[in-house]
This record gives sequence, C-alpha cells and structure tokens, in this order.
Amino acid sequence: MPAKQGFLITVRTARQGAAMEKGKLSAEYVAETATLTLSPRDYEELGLKEGQQVKLSSDSGQALVTCRFSEGPDGVFFLPLGPTANALIGEQTYGTGVPSYKGFNVEIETLDA
Amino acid sequence: MPVTIHKDIVCTFCGALCDDLEMHVENNKVIDVKNVCGIGRNKALHGDNDKPECRVYGERATLEEAYDASARMLAQARSPLVYGFSSTVAEANRVGVELAEILRGGLDNCSSYCHGPGVLARQHVGLPTCTLGEAKNRADLVVFWGANPMESHMRHFSRYSVQAKGMYTPLGRKDRKMAVVDVRPTPSSKNADLFFQVTPGSDYEIATVLRALVLEMPLPTLTDDSLVGGVPLARWRELVELIKQCKYCVVFFGIGLTQSQGKDLNVEQLIRLVSDCNRYTRVYAMPMRGHANVNGNNQVFVWQTGYPLAISFNRGYPRFNPGEFSVIDMLNRGDVDAAIIVATDPAAHLPYTAVDALKKIPTIVLDPVNSLTTEWANVVIPVATSGLSAAGTYYRMDNVPIRLRKIIDCEWPTDLEVLQNIKERVLNAKDH
Ligand code: SF4
Repeated sequence: MPAKQGFLITVRTARQGAAMEKGKLSAEYVAETATLTLSPRDYEELGLKEGQQVKLSSDSGQALVTCRFSEGPDGVFFLPLGPTANALIGEQTYGTGVPSYKGFNVEIETLDA
Repeated sequence: MPVTIHKDIVCTFCGALCDDLEMHVENNKVIDVKNVCGIGRNKALHGDNDKPECRVYGERATLEEAYDASARMLAQARSPLVYGFSSTVAEANRVGVELAEILRGGLDNCSSYCHGPGVLARQHVGLPTCTLGEAKNRADLVVFWGANPMESHMRHFSRYSVQAKGMYTPLGRKDRKMAVVDVRPTPSSKNADLFFQVTPGSDYEIATVLRALVLEMPLPTLTDDSLVGGVPLARWRELVELIKQCKYCVVFFGIGLTQSQGKDLNVEQLIRLVSDCNRYTRVYAMPMRGHANVNGNNQVFVWQTGYPLAISFNRGYPRFNPGEFSVIDMLNRGDVDAAIIVATDPAAHLPYTAVDALKKIPTIVLDPVNSLTTEWANVVIPVATSGLSAAGTYYRMDNVPIRLRKIIDCEWPTDLEVLQNIKERVLNAKDH
C-alpha cells in the first residue's frame, strides 16, 4: 500500500461553509469535511483516483477521507475544518490556546483494493 | 399568505456583517434572500428551522425544568466554564460574563482558537487599523495574508475591498492593486496582481525580512535569488515597492497567520511591518474575523473584565492567561467540571480530546439549531436566532457595532433571556 508523509493544514471551503449552515448533520457537511485536497504530483505518486478513499494518521488519531486534487504545494494536504480534522489534531496549544490547526505531520496511506 | 419584504437586513454568518440583505418572509419563514452569498443565504434560509428539542438528560423538558437543571449543575460545580458566544448578541455576552463571575468560573469565547493570537498581538504592539468603509473609499492597494475570502467572506471583495467602488476608487478593481500571500493558490489568489506562494510556517520570517526591506536595513547574507519563505527576495522587494508607492494600503490577515507556527508572534511582526510602512504612506491592518460576532465577544469581555478571552474568575476577580484559561487547555487538563455553551458548536470545532472532556462532565448548550453538540449535551435549550428572531448588537470585523433586527417570531426565548433566567436561579441557589 503506497504511503507518504506530509503536512496537514485545515482550511475553510465555500462548500463546507454553505453545508454547515444547511445543517451539521447533513450528508453534504459530513462529506465535505472529510474531503482531502492534494497536489497533482502527490496524487500521481500515490496512484490515486479522484474520489478514492485513503487513511490519514497523525500522532493523535486516524480518519478516512476522500481525495480531490487541486494545484498546490507537494506534500501539503488540505482538509476543511470539521469533525474529521478534529479527530487528527493534537491537544497541544503550546501555551497559546490555539491547537495546530494550520499544520501538523500526518501519514497518508491508500487502502487495500 | 402575503410576502413581506425586509430591506437592509444584516447577515449574521461572517465578520463582514453585510447589512444590505433583502429578506422575503412568508408565513413567519424566510423564503428568499437577495444581496447575499451562498453561505449567508443558507444561514438565512435554515437559521431558524431545525430547532432542537428542549431536553434534560435526554428527556423532553419544559424551559423551567431546563433552567432549574442548568442552575443546579452550574451552582454545584467547583470549576464551571462559560463558553462560546460567537453567534449571539453583545447583550447576551454581557450576561454570560456576569454568570461566569457569579459562578467564579472560567470564561472564554471562540476567538480563543482562531483570531485570539491577533488579539494578543494587539495588546503588545497596538494595531494601526481603519474601517471597512475607509478600505472601500480609499484603499488603492489591498493585501490578503493567510486569508481566502472567496471561500470564507465571499462578499468582502465586492462590498469592501477588491472590487468595491468608493469615493477615491470610483473604478473599483481598476483603481486598485491586490496582493495575496498564501501557502497555496486559492480562488482569492486567482484575482491577485501579485501572488506569493509561501512555505507553511514561514510568515514570521517573511514579515521580518519585509521589515528590513522597508526600513532599508542591510541584508548581507541574502541575494536577490535567496528564498525567503520559498519566494525569491527580489519578489518581496516588488511588494515593498508597491506598498511604498500606494496612497492607502490595507493588509487583511486571516487565520492562516494566527493558527500557523508562531501564532501571535506572526501577527505581532506583521503589525510592526505595517507600522513601519507608515513612514512612507498610509498602511493599516485588519483581521478577517470569522464568526459574525466573535469580535463582539472580545469587545464585551474587555469592557466587562478588562480582558478579551481566556479569563478565570476562580479567585473572585478576573484573571487572564491564554494557554492556561483557554477553553481547549482547560478542557484538555480536566480543569472543568461543568460547562454552559452558548451559540457555538464545540463538537464541530474543537479537537476531539477537548470534546471528549466535555462529554464527561455536565454540559448545557443553548443553540438555535440542531448541532453536533446538541446531540449529546445533558441540557439542551433551543433559542431564537440572532438577526432573524432575536434583535441585538454585533461587532463587525472593523469594530463597528451593527444593530440586528428581529423579523420573524420564535416560540423559544433569546440567549439573553435564557442566560438571565439561569443567572437568577444560580444567584438564588448560591444564597441558600
Ligand atoms: S460575506 Fe459574510 S456577511 Fe456577507 S453575505 Fe456572505 S456570509 Fe453574510
């Protein structure tokens, strides 16, 4: 199973915002907040197809996400703010009150076919 | 049923607080909205539907029962937390502060983990800032740093910044230059004249080098090709020249700056940079506040306690210490033994460790709609929706207070009324 180390950054997306206001229990919100954006080169390296599910692991947790690609830096993955991202973020705030929403190390791993 | 049209209504989703919405109401329901973005539209159409049930420990309850249960939980706790407030009116914030004081509890709001670092930076170095009206009427250069308003504050460009037509910017976009600093291309950066795609976590370094360039200090170890935050120094010189030559520049910064490595220090250095630039021309900075009234939280907390966030009343007077009294740290350390949450949804926004800590203690939540927290909170109190079925004051991202009107009726009380009721009962319980 191909795997890669990378840096995860949580972001806002228009779809996440709009779906959140429709209802956080809506299928749209759940799906959008579990959609990971990667660069085309990471996509190629991992042999991914648009819409494929992968496993993300951090020091604090694991989550399944669906992949989408978009121009961006290699090795940096973007996940909308929401419950899926919250399962991966560590509790450390380094004395600031703010956890590392904008960046922590993760491993991305494709699942068995 | 006749349709009533309400004009100049305020959108209560994001800190841009657009106040030109037109809402069409039929049969006490918003059926259509004009002058609004996609997120604001959904907020208006769905913000007063899908009310949770009033519940105490999973059982349907009356409001009186819910108030009694809440007061009991809070009065019995040794270290209760009063938290949230980003989507409710300033008037309810004020009673929240009072409640925390009476309880000798913790008090925090959602800026604690979003723009809080920017608030701390402002305490250290001040903030040369302006209003959105000034940005619209005067700014011939706008810079967005770690912000992507096309997805988070969708009408910001057209109402206040990039495309807005103002007194000295009658041609809108043509009268302005736009620069974006971000870690990836975004829908916002596609509009920019200059885009700087930077390495994550390099904001402090970049702002430091920009200050040196602005102040014309020597940078002996760097050449024009040297990379600063992944971008050649020569390109940063271009940005500095653009700033020095403009008449009026506003730097809008987002949580790309406040939540990245460096946090408050990033903002501090950016503000210093902006101050330095004022030797040459007029340059201001403004945070792109997220939730509609999260700025109002800081305003009210400061005017009531002297501090904007992360407050503890456990000694009977307010103390302030981010990282110690911040909501996430308090929960992670297990320092809270009961919580009342107003107008926010921690289960959707906080790391799961903090959510798990909440699930282990008595938790009361006030929310106008079902949320991930209303699913499991011990007491759930449905409330009217600020800006639709409750009136009051919100503070825009530029600190301008804006009055919200009530345009539909709601069978449930407002946050303010609920908090007052709980406060009275806590006072009575403490007296005995
Ligand atoms: S930009 Fe913000 S305030 Fe304006 S309509 Fe959209 S969500 Fe509402």
